[in-house]
Amino acid sequence: MAYSEKVLDHYSNPRNVGTMDPNDPNVGTGLVGAPECGDVMRLQLKINDEGIIEDAKFKTFGCGSAIASSSFATEIIKGRSIDEAYALKNTEIVKELNLPPVKIHCSVLAEDAIKAAISDYKKKHAALETASA
Amino acid sequence: MVKIPIYLDNNATTKLDPRVLEAMMPYFTEIYGNAASRNHVYGWKAEEGVDWARNTIAKYIGADEKEIVFTSGATESNNLAIKGVAEMYASKGNHIITCTTEHKAVLDTCKALERKGVQVTYMPVNKEGFINLDLLRESITDKTILVTIMHANNEIGVIQDIEAIGKICHEKGVLFHTDATQSIGKVPFDAQRMNVDLASMSGHKIYGPKGVGALYVRKKNPRVKLASQMDGGGHERGMRSGTLNVAGIVGLAKALELCITDMPVEVPRIQGMRDRLWKTLTKELDEIYINGPDPLEKPQWRLPGNLNVSFAFVEGEAMMMGIKDIAVSSGSACTSASLEPSYILKALGVGEDLAHTSIRFGIGRFNTEEEIDYTAAEVIKAVRHLREMSPLYEMAKQGIDLKSVAWAAH
Ligand SMILES: Cc1ncc(COP(=O)(O)O)c(C=O)c1O
Repeated sequence: MAYSEKVLDHYSNPRNVGTMDPNDPNVGTGLVGAPECGDVMRLQLKINDEGIIEDAKFKTFGCGSAIASSSFATEIIKGRSIDEAYALKNTEIVKELNLPPVKIHCSVLAEDAIKAAISDYKKKHAALETASA
Repeated sequence: MVKIPIYLDNNATTKLDPRVLEAMMPYFTEIYGNAASRNHVYGWKAEEGVDWARNTIAKYIGADEKEIVFTSGATESNNLAIKGVAEMYASKGNHIITCTTEHKAVLDTCKALERKGVQVTYMPVNKEGFINLDLLRESITDKTILVTIMHANNEIGVIQDIEAIGKICHEKGVLFHTDATQSIGKVPFDAQRMNVDLASMSGHKIYGPKGVGALYVRKKNPRVKLASQMDGGGHERGMRSGTLNVAGIVGLAKALELCITDMPVEVPRIQGMRDRLWKTLTKELDEIYINGPDPLEKPQWRLPGNLNVSFAFVEGEAMMMGIKDIAVSSGSACTSASLEPSYILKALGVGEDLAHTSIRFGIGRFNTEEEIDYTAAEVIKAVRHLREMSPLYEMAKQGIDLKSVAWAAH
């Protein structure tokens, strides 16, 4: 199976690979997938007080399409509000990367990772707010 | 500069040796008769070719020429051997013993027989891929008619001690079939000495043509009888009907002849390249694991050109993308039609996490040391690139036990 140009590009030049401090109150971390299933994505978002995603980093264990899906996800959600980011559909990733049907689950995983990171951030904040209240 | 792409998937199939093609050519263009045509020179000439092939193959596998049945490949040979015995010896018993790491051509044949009431025992293997001979002996009952255990494994290259297995079978009066598709021509094989009653082989694994193979069927001590699985003109002494693929058969024999005559030179050369690759990878990369017997400690129990490595924290398909100019194969689910990673690695007890990271290198006749060095460099580069973005590698390096993480399996 041949990969699309865009998948190849993200694979060779992944955007935003890296790690943020998971204990930073402004960072939300999403870790989805399982090593037994052959893909694990970790997506981290730095969210400012206005609820805008200022920065995004990822690391992914998985096939080229999984890597490209997460790399692309970090690119497009930067600058979005967390509500906008939460509403992102995997189909947007499928379309951009031209993923074949067998690779759709990679885009679903990226969507899940975004949602997990935002949930983590919200949970942290709820905890902080009750602590300071 | 090394020429790309590089073919390192010689356990899947091999390039036809030009010398084999040369031997085959006349049988397409001039000697095109039907080997069964007894009344004219076209038939005689074709039959001469087949006779030469039969003699040649017999000579090189420790057999008699009347013990060779030509088929369309090892899949058919395995089907004929196993189904043929099950049917022919049904009155004697209905139990077959095989092992969990066999090729699908054996396993699915056994599954098909199970649906018809045959009992099948699947022997486990240890973490190197060997079956336990004591367990085999204990598993044979008075209902057992056949033991079918492969000689060399296609994925992990492990070579079973078929001589000992054959001895046990003969002591117990049970027939022994071995799928020798990966071994014949690569490592010594002798049906007589190794107590083999039936053996499958294929042309395309030994630099011969695809779509042709053979089944060795022992003629005496004991005389093996098979129920044919293909009805028709009664070719191959009634065991396999169908007009003989003369060019293919000549190619198969020529390919085997070259393998055997070149073996003293080729085995050390190919094994040397395999060991060089393994040594370079282990020197440069941490957290990589051999699947199957250790090539340096147990070279006699592993196919000379086979190397199967798990590169922990690097998914197999992503790895293949990283070394896209090198043709290898992976045990990762992503590279197969099924969603499961390799059942062979699973049988060894390799965790699914590591199975997803496995790569099989199949080194063969047409590979060069230069290609091996290029491959090693590319693999190392790809592994480093992918580990840089692997969350698992980062977690492992931080000392997190990945087994303790509550993964959300999907
Ligand atoms: C061990 C083993 N048995 C059987 C086969 C099937 O051989 P063929 O392709 O000739 O049917 C193969 C090759 O795929 C093999 O590696």
